[in-house]
Amino acid sequence: MKLELPAVPRSNGELVFQSPWESRAFGLAVALAESGALEWDDFRVQLVRAIEDRDPTQPYNYYEYWLNALEQALVTTGVVDTRALLASVKSVLDHPEH
Amino acid sequence: MTDEAELRARVKALEALLVERGLIGTDTVDRIVEVYESEIGPLLGARVVAHAWTNPDFKQRLLADATAACWELDIGGLQGEKLVAVENTPEVHNVVVCTLCSCYPWPVLGIPPNWYKSPEYRARMVAEPRVVLAEDFGVVLGEDVEIRVQDSSAEMRYFTVPQRPAGTEDWDEERLAGIVTRESMVGVAVL
Repeated sequence: MKLELPAVPRSNGELVFQSPWESRAFGLAVALAESGALEWDDFRVQLVRAIEDRDPTQPYNYYEYWLNALEQALVTTGVVDTRALLASVKSVLDHPEH
Repeated sequence: MTDEAELRARVKALEALLVERGLIGTDTVDRIVEVYESEIGPLLGARVVAHAWTNPDFKQRLLADATAACWELDIGGLQGEKLVAVENTPEVHNVVVCTLCSCYPWPVLGIPPNWYKSPEYRARMVAEPRVVLAEDFGVVLGEDVEIRVQDSSAEMRYFTVPQRPAGTEDWDEERLAGIVTRESMVGVAVL
């Protein structure tokens, strides 16, 4: 059974993401959960930890914790290793046009 | 705070690595972001609420097992495995929070707004819900109305079925869906 979509606005005019990298970080976690490469609960455990461990004197930056958690979850579960991750970051920084 | 440029580089590097390893496609993230930004959002929850308002049998099924009931309307997916719908009544007002992180019923409400993820909302709504509802959201409830703060988790992702406003008795489902807001389904607004 499927209802017709009602004619309500799709957006309420609010920015859900403050900058494009936030939406990429969001999309990466969802993509890996959808494909089964990452268990959502493994990610969520890291997200809770990243939020708890934040520096309370710094501005709250949710997607920074999200990214920390995603990297940590992928390393912990062995999907990627820290060395490959750091090498990739270095490659991006060395070739900013990529 | 970590530098924005560093965060941008880390996200880009992670995506590049995952594409290289064949774990995601080159356009996977684009597709997901597009879907979540344009198709999955509170309008889906609004359809569920309007359907519940007009179909008592569906409302019963929704309150008993929201995940299954939402699937009847083809609504479900990631973060929608353990949906719990709670009904607001003249006696009981439910409001939803996630004290640990930001658990949120994505399939019916989309991506959570910034205020929902903020440490202030997460802490204060639990400590003094009546004050937060009144001062931060302008929802002043009578002293006789019981407020229940529903703490979402990976096991239970709450959303509320707001009270149907008076004067909408002859409205059809589509028109009703048009007045159901995200805030009303989190419980920080009344209609």
